[in-house]
Amino acid sequence: MNPVIEAVVAALILVGAFFLLVGALGLARLPNMMSRLHGPTKATTLGIGSLLIASIVYFTATRGSFSVHELLITLFLFLTAPVSAQMLAKAHLLRSREEQSRVTPTGRPADWATLAKGTHDAS
Amino acid sequence: MRARLLPHPLLTLLLILVFIFLMNEATPGVVVLGIVLGIVIPLLTAPFWPGRPMLKAPLTIASYVLIVLWDIVRSNIEVAGIILFRPADRLRTRYVTVPLDIVTPEAIAVLAGTITMTPGTVSADLSADGRALLVHCLDAGDPEGAVAAIKARYESRLKRIFE
Repeated sequence: MNPVIEAVVAALILVGAFFLLVGALGLARLPNMMSRLHGPTKATTLGIGSLLIASIVYFTATRGSFSVHELLITLFLFLTAPVSAQMLAKAHLLRSREEQSRVTPTGRPADWATLAKGTHDAS
Repeated sequence: MRARLLPHPLLTLLLILVFIFLMNEATPGVVVLGIVLGIVIPLLTAPFWPGRPMLKAPLTIASYVLIVLWDIVRSNIEVAGIILFRPADRLRTRYVTVPLDIVTPEAIAVLAGTITMTPGTVSADLSADGRALLVHCLDAGDPEGAVAAIKARYESRLKRIFE
């Protein structure tokens, strides 16, 4: 393999590993549940992203044909990460009275969906 | 007749593309099988699709995707900096309320997803009437500015795409 391509792939893998590490650190180090959600939802996107670009570059260079199925992983990651983050946030909001006291008002007659009366028994 | 054979043309196109990407080659056999799947799956799943959102302004879609990708890169670096170098007690975490002008459920879903993927914000909840988003900011010195940025940068473009 061409040494230039090799260097590019190595650099992309290192960048990816760095952002994944930062995401994991954020999960461990940030002070509360809602801040902790920020680490895994963001720092890991770029981490996984550059690992996948490294994979595309590597397989395109070694097999000679353009490799694209990594793009699907990116697509599904972008579809699922926000949904799971929102489900975690909603579950936390429903369970924690302390968190409920920090929430800003909707500015509408209706309350937030998770807290609205009649939909759950908020305990 | 056309409507019955292709109840959801965008889904058909997306399925064909996903299948070709999945097989990682665009040989005639793969394309034909992709087209067959692209026709059969929407027909079988048609009862699960209550609304068929129409996408307008294809150029706006392209610019929206590019802006979001750029913001994801920026937000990753920003959040990495906060995680590594900012002491936890100096974080100004707080919630903000984003009142919504868009009403299409698909547009609101895309906006909520975008907010989660971009600088220091996670969308946490939607109001029961679907007209406001609850957003958690990791470090918001200027809450009104953050809301205005979300509305100008993302919501105005989604409004042009979906409505």
